[in-house]
Amino acid sequence: MAHTYDTRTTEVTAKIPFPQEILDKVEEITKRYPAGKQKSALLPVLHIAQKHNDGWLSIPVMDYVASLLKITSIEVYEVATFYTMYNLKPVGKYVLEVCRTGPCCTRGAEQMIEYIEKKTNCKVGENSADGLFTIKAVECLGACGYAPMLQLGDSFVEHLTEEKVDSLISELRNK
Amino acid sequence: MSKKLLLEHINVPNILGYEAYRSKGGYTSVEKALKTMSPDAVVEEVKKSGLRGRGGAGFPTGMKWSFLAKPEGVPRYLVCNADESEPGTFKDRYLMEKIPHLLVEGMIVSSFALGANTSYIYIRGEYMWIVAILEKAIAEAKANGFLGKNILGSGYDLELYVQTGGGAYICGEETALLESLEGKRGNPRIKPPFPAVKGLWQCPTVVNNVETIAATPWIVNNTGDEYTKIGIGRSTGTKLISACGNINRPGVYEIDLGLPVDEFLNSDEYCGGIANGKKFKAVVPGGSSVPILPAELFYKTANGEARLMSYESLSDGGFATGSMLGSGGFIVYDEDQCIVRNTWNFTRFYNHESCGQCSPCREGTGWMLKVLHKLEHGLGSMEDIDLLWDIQRRIEGNTICPLGDAAAWPVAAAIRHFREEFEWHVKNPKECLTRNYGLKKSTLEMSFN
Repeated sequence: MAHTYDTRTTEVTAKIPFPQEILDKVEEITKRYPAGKQKSALLPVLHIAQKHNDGWLSIPVMDYVASLLKITSIEVYEVATFYTMYNLKPVGKYVLEVCRTGPCCTRGAEQMIEYIEKKTNCKVGENSADGLFTIKAVECLGACGYAPMLQLGDSFVEHLTEEKVDSLISELRNK
Repeated sequence: MSKKLLLEHINVPNILGYEAYRSKGGYTSVEKALKTMSPDAVVEEVKKSGLRGRGGAGFPTGMKWSFLAKPEGVPRYLVCNADESEPGTFKDRYLMEKIPHLLVEGMIVSSFALGANTSYIYIRGEYMWIVAILEKAIAEAKANGFLGKNILGSGYDLELYVQTGGGAYICGEETALLESLEGKRGNPRIKPPFPAVKGLWQCPTVVNNVETIAATPWIVNNTGDEYTKIGIGRSTGTKLISACGNINRPGVYEIDLGLPVDEFLNSDEYCGGIANGKKFKAVVPGGSSVPILPAELFYKTANGEARLMSYESLSDGGFATGSMLGSGGFIVYDEDQCIVRNTWNFTRFYNHESCGQCSPCREGTGWMLKVLHKLEHGLGSMEDIDLLWDIQRRIEGNTICPLGDAAAWPVAAAIRHFREEFEWHVKNPKECLTRNYGLKKSTLEMSFN
């Protein structure tokens, strides 16, 4: 179900206007649809905007996207609050999204979530104090045969074990 | 040994690239269709093949195609549903990761059959790395003259694009997918009008699953009649099954429809039996939405016949003693798995993924979740089990889209087949807390939100 935008979010990042290469990409995407249907570009453009804006969508960024696509701000808000991939508050440098749905749980996903919380010193739904991690427990990511698993950016880390989590986290810390 | 129509070439070196794919006969169906067949002849072959929608519903593809309205001067669209989100299902992802050109080829042939000049592959946003794989394949196909203007000199034009979703299970429902592709929230539309009449931007549209589209090149190359020789009865052809849970060999397998379930679960060619020497307790054979079956009902139908991996056999006996082939998401549970906990987990999923449009689904899934949470955490009563039954019964059939049914069925089946386990939770409140896989209380609380 839809999540809500917390207007109390005080720390606002808005890296706008976008640099030219992003504007070119937006332009290219809108050309995939018939004239006047540029609103269809909204979901892909929000992904690009989020990536550019430190992993989350602030209100100024959403307003800016609305102006790029020549739609109203509310049309962007209603989409951004509906889909779970859009973050509406600041996130850590690395967002670890661990699957918590049934098939993963048959292979120990819940224990893995606890272990990751412990290793990152960060609870599900929160950002770690050092700003490095955000832990999310998410619904099925389509990797049930390779469980337990997590999503990190554009890729999946599968067949998780405690050792694998250890090395992943130390690798990210040292990056 | 099942035939491999889809996955035959996945182990060929560099099959992700155009050259290797082409050397294995790739894109010949495009040449055959565009040079020697009319669009209607392609539709006719697909009709003859008996191919059924591989996303879960199992509706005959050729018939779906023949419903497409063709008003003069109005564009038509083909949209591939790659929003694979049904828990237990990861077959489309496998196909796109391993042999992306097959999907591209299928999209070209199918778009030609339907008279679409612009087609989209709508893929779930979490599969971002597959977007890159597909876009590379599309660019290669275009560079070699299989996409773009006047393909192979036939006068047929086609542009193919990949569209990313934003993380919403509901967008696997075809009208929600179209809403999402229009840049809106994924709220399913009321049908009729069906997408075949008013779909994407109110134009006639066909939405097909990845695996369905990927089956069309073989059918065009080898004819629909040949396709019907594989499989059993009305379950023609091969099906990808994504097997997961407590088995020795989780993964994606292409099977001839009609393979005995016993062989699929226990032979080393497929699942390889239950892992860690445990006993087989239950299976959800077609993705989380289909009814769970206890081991004994899985192996044999109510008439005592050996059950087969086919649309008909898996649903034999209706929901009383059967289930569904669904999407092919095959989830196996061993004796240690708690059915109440699994039902609670799935209900949390449906509650999370309900779009909120229809009250029975929006409120009902939340209510079921609360009741299941009570039962799973040793706080339930016997009346709660009946209440749960009552709620699910009132969701089913009372919503715009099938998500309501999909949320109700797993709960109904769990109570139908495992009522003693629910009662055990009521009678043994302390034990059911300690058996929760050794989890701390914090995780249990977290899981509820």
